[in-house]
Amino acid sequence: MIKLIVFLPLLAALVAGLGNRALGNATAKLVTTGALFVAAALSWVVFLDFMSGDARSYLEPVLTWIRSGDLQVDWALRVDALTAVMLVVITTVSALVHLYSWGYMAEDDSQPRFFAYLSLFTFAMLMLVTADNLIQMFFGWEGVGLASYLLIGFWYHKPSAKAAAIKAFVVNRVGDFGFSLGIFGTFLVFGTVSIPAILAAAPGMAGSTIGFLGGEVEVMTLLCLLLFVGAMGKSAQLGLHTWLPDAMEGPTPVSALIHAATMVTAGVFMVCRLSPMFEASGTALAVVTLVGAATALFAATVGTVQTDIKRVIAYSTCSQLGYMFFAAGVGAYGAAMFHLFTHAFFKALLFLGAGSVIHAMHHEQDMRFYGGLRRSIPVTFWAMLLGTLAITGVGVTGVFGFAGFYSKDAIIEAAYASGTTPGGLAFAVGVFAAFLTAFYSWRLIFLTFFGQPRWAGSDHIRHAVHHDYESAAAEGTTDSDEAHVDHGTVAATAGPGGAVEGTAGYHPHESPWTMLAPLALLSVGAVFAGVAFHGIFIEPEAGEAFWRGSLAWDAHFYEELHHVPLWVKLSPAVAMLLGLFFAYRAYLKNPGLPARFTASVDTLYQFLLHKWYFDELYHHLFTRPAFALGRLFWRAGDEKTIDRFGPNGAAAVVGVGNRLAGALQSGYLYTYALVMLLGLAAAATWAMTR
Amino acid sequence: MLRDLQLVAPELILCFGALGLLMVAAFVGDRSLRLVNWLSVALLGAAGLVLLGPAGNGGDAYLGLYRADLFASFAKVLIFGASAVAILAANDWFTRDGTHRPEYPILVLLAAAGSGIMVSASDLLTLYVGVELQSLAAYVLASFQRRDDRSVEAGLKYFVLGALASGILLYGISLLYGFTGTTLFDGISRALAGPEGISTGELFGLVFVFAGLAFKIAAVPFHMWTPDVYEGAPTPVTTLFATAQKVSAMALLVRVAIEAMGPAADGWRQIVIFSALASTILGGVAGVGQANIKRLLAYSSINNVGFALIGLVPGTREGVSSVLFYLAVYVAMTLGAFLCVMRMRDLDGRPVETIGSLSGLSRTQPGLALALLFFMLSLAGFPPFLGLWPKLLVFQAAVNEGYVALAAVGIVTSVIAAYYYLKIVKTMYFDEPAGAYEPGRRTATGVVIVAAALFVSPLGYLLIGPLQQASLNAASSLL
Repeated sequence: MIKLIVFLPLLAALVAGLGNRALGNATAKLVTTGALFVAAALSWVVFLDFMSGDARSYLEPVLTWIRSGDLQVDWALRVDALTAVMLVVITTVSALVHLYSWGYMAEDDSQPRFFAYLSLFTFAMLMLVTADNLIQMFFGWEGVGLASYLLIGFWYHKPSAKAAAIKAFVVNRVGDFGFSLGIFGTFLVFGTVSIPAILAAAPGMAGSTIGFLGGEVEVMTLLCLLLFVGAMGKSAQLGLHTWLPDAMEGPTPVSALIHAATMVTAGVFMVCRLSPMFEASGTALAVVTLVGAATALFAATVGTVQTDIKRVIAYSTCSQLGYMFFAAGVGAYGAAMFHLFTHAFFKALLFLGAGSVIHAMHHEQDMRFYGGLRRSIPVTFWAMLLGTLAITGVGVTGVFGFAGFYSKDAIIEAAYASGTTPGGLAFAVGVFAAFLTAFYSWRLIFLTFFGQPRWAGSDHIRHAVHHDYESAAAEGTTDSDEAHVDHGTVAATAGPGGAVEGTAGYHPHESPWTMLAPLALLSVGAVFAGVAFHGIFIEPEAGEAFWRGSLAWDAHFYEELHHVPLWVKLSPAVAMLLGLFFAYRAYLKNPGLPARFTASVDTLYQFLLHKWYFDELYHHLFTRPAFALGRLFWRAGDEKTIDRFGPNGAAAVVGVGNRLAGALQSGYLYTYALVMLLGLAAAATWAMTR
Repeated sequence: MLRDLQLVAPELILCFGALGLLMVAAFVGDRSLRLVNWLSVALLGAAGLVLLGPAGNGGDAYLGLYRADLFASFAKVLIFGASAVAILAANDWFTRDGTHRPEYPILVLLAAAGSGIMVSASDLLTLYVGVELQSLAAYVLASFQRRDDRSVEAGLKYFVLGALASGILLYGISLLYGFTGTTLFDGISRALAGPEGISTGELFGLVFVFAGLAFKIAAVPFHMWTPDVYEGAPTPVTTLFATAQKVSAMALLVRVAIEAMGPAADGWRQIVIFSALASTILGGVAGVGQANIKRLLAYSSINNVGFALIGLVPGTREGVSSVLFYLAVYVAMTLGAFLCVMRMRDLDGRPVETIGSLSGLSRTQPGLALALLFFMLSLAGFPPFLGLWPKLLVFQAAVNEGYVALAAVGIVTSVIAAYYYLKIVKTMYFDEPAGAYEPGRRTATGVVIVAAALFVSPLGYLLIGPLQQASLNAASSLL
């Protein structure tokens, strides 16, 4: 069964990818989406088996891969509770995103390629989470990186998409370099790459040291930090986060699947999978906690000033990943996985909702040109509202809460309960970030769905209106051309400017059912995932029975979560309500307030707007020196040295020699005879004097 | 006596055949052209066939003046074959110019007889007789189109410089005879191996003999005549020079170096090394700027001789065998290339010789262009064409005896020549068609082109085994 789950998407990707245009759009879509829905159904079966406590973890061998001395690597699929959680998340979101793309990508002219990439990504991600050894995990790791690159750059005719794809690839390379070093180091220390063997041996290695870069370092700290660098790259943690917002250049379904629900959580999954290793090094855990907390804070602050709807959600993702990491850092791996699980649903929901909005608004992504959309696209509005309630963590303890309420509060409580200094710091940051999360999430909702329409300012809308008006006038009908029916139509009789003020005469239309059905299903997840599954993820007894050692589990620690002081339990709720209040004040009651406020703290505003100047810093620190170095090698090294003395020089020498030989070849007999005799004399002389 | 006649049968057939055909030509006149042509080819075939008998590997004749061994037979097969092709190709060529005479095939027969004597010579005087018989025929052939200034100039230049080379060779022979007291190769070898070592006179004789023979194979610095003569001589004659005569002179040089002067290898090795490298370099560098394809092929032949000489340097059986292998493949490539050149005529039927006129040949005559592509890439030693293999063997022979630097330089210089081979390919395939060509005609040479192209194509790899075995057997009769 697990083989079917993993390899069905690969098969579908191959069929759709190799068949491509010959296959046709409909077949490619049916094959890939069908395969994914089957895989998703099977994944739920696996997951529910584990949930009911019937299933035991097992290993499904596939093939022998590498046999070279000590290095023994097999293709094998490991299935345990941790894998089962990831299987459900990946296949469910992927299947829904496949379906959603039917509508979203309907006008694209290379749909088979798109669906093939999506399925290929799904396969690679499944390979990653079922890995039994680090090499196979790395294979999946690189596979999802490749698919991410291909999908970010899917619209390769857009220069910005190409640049974003390359940026994602290069930044991930930094992380992967750390990851591969970590794998090498692990093999060096443990003599194996098999994950169970490493985890069994890890506690015994705590405290031993190894020579590294001329100094003695603790071996487990070193390995964990190297592996964590890989996780930072993939999960866009502070320092290696710069690619994630740019990755929004890809089609929105891609953002939902790869850059919200699945791939970016691979780092969290890896830390949880290797949690016994991390448990062996307190230093590494502290670093994980601090990096996670810093990311949560950083991304949340930047998210408050973004105007692009997708970028707001991207920074939100980045921030939520920070939560997951500091949860792992304080030892609450179950809480981290729980948040990963719930986050997948509500973040995919938010992204797909945003995609629906963008679809309705004719590819306008700037929230400043939205407003008042709740009446035009009510289903999308309700879906996004539920997503926002989930991410901000609305709920009442002991009664009912949306998904984020259970997972995020558990993380914040765990940070407090850990009692360590980094944990305390993470707690404070977590609460503050919860406030910011509420603020930017509600800001998104208010700017998009409430208030007056501000669509007239958008180039996209004006273009659409103009185009529709012209075509409608030309055809003499009230229908616009079919390509735009899905987006919205113009009251052709009224013409531009003739409708409600601010709409520019544009009428957004709700998306087709293929896009709305995934929204509805994900809404169910966003609402009920927390209440339904919090038991097995974070309750002391149920959790122990569920995880069964697939991650480091300290029942006592989870017990303590229930006994934190009341103010700790209430603080996220208060922060959330404050955020809602401020957003309401600033964007609904008093729309002039944000402008006045940002003007008064311009330095801070600019600091946030420029994303803490990370891109600028990297530009000066790495990109420019790299370019300078490249130019040095190119101009001075290649052109002036290698080319000059190599190819060009050799060619010049041949040219000169050719002219000399030509001059000697005079055509006169005496020259020829002279050369012969000189040659003879030289040979004789040489033979004599030798 | 009868035994001796059996051993020299190939040359006997050619000489008496040529004389008989001369009578036919003299009494019947130009009407006998067709007959003489085909009879000449038949005679060459017969001369080749008798090699299957005692003439192939029968040992010494005439008290050691003449030697019929496998080495000679290997060379003779190549010589007779190339000569036959030169006759066939000329038939079409001269007939169209209206300059064909029955003397042409007869002269080719005489040259072939001279070449046969050269490769079988085991005495300095036999050697000289062979060289002169071949050369005198060659001088006349070079100026065969006697109303064409270039042809006459080529013949005269070849004659004057050839006479000079003959003089040098003869002087060397006289020195060797004077200091060793014999003209037999075996005797010279014994004298050089004697306890008193090699005297100055012997060394001088050795250098002069090598210089004389280097002229015949057109190795640097005795190559100066080659481009002018190759360009000026009628193309079928050039073909003969570049193939049959090159093979005979090269084989003769190898035999002299190994059989007669083997003990003095240290004396000639450095000269051969210098000549080999100078030939590969000059053959590459000077060919780069050429616009005339015959001239270019002349430099190509100089370049190839340089590579073949590298195989001679180690003086081992492996080396000699690699030289023979090289010559066999070289003959196929060069014959093919020249035959292709001969098929190029403009719409008025005039021969076309400039490289520029090859432009777009791939579109006007795709078959011809493809064949020429095969020959050029093979000459350049591109994998997977057969031309790679002999180069590899030659370098391998040198490396096995420790001449690593020599092989390395040889490999580098082969890149230079690759430039002009590739330039021809580029002109044919990537340039706009220059002018219309006369459509291809069905001639006997077409079959030869196809056969040669198949031989140098990767299919030829099937023949590597037998050919290598044959060349090793031939080399064994020297060492």
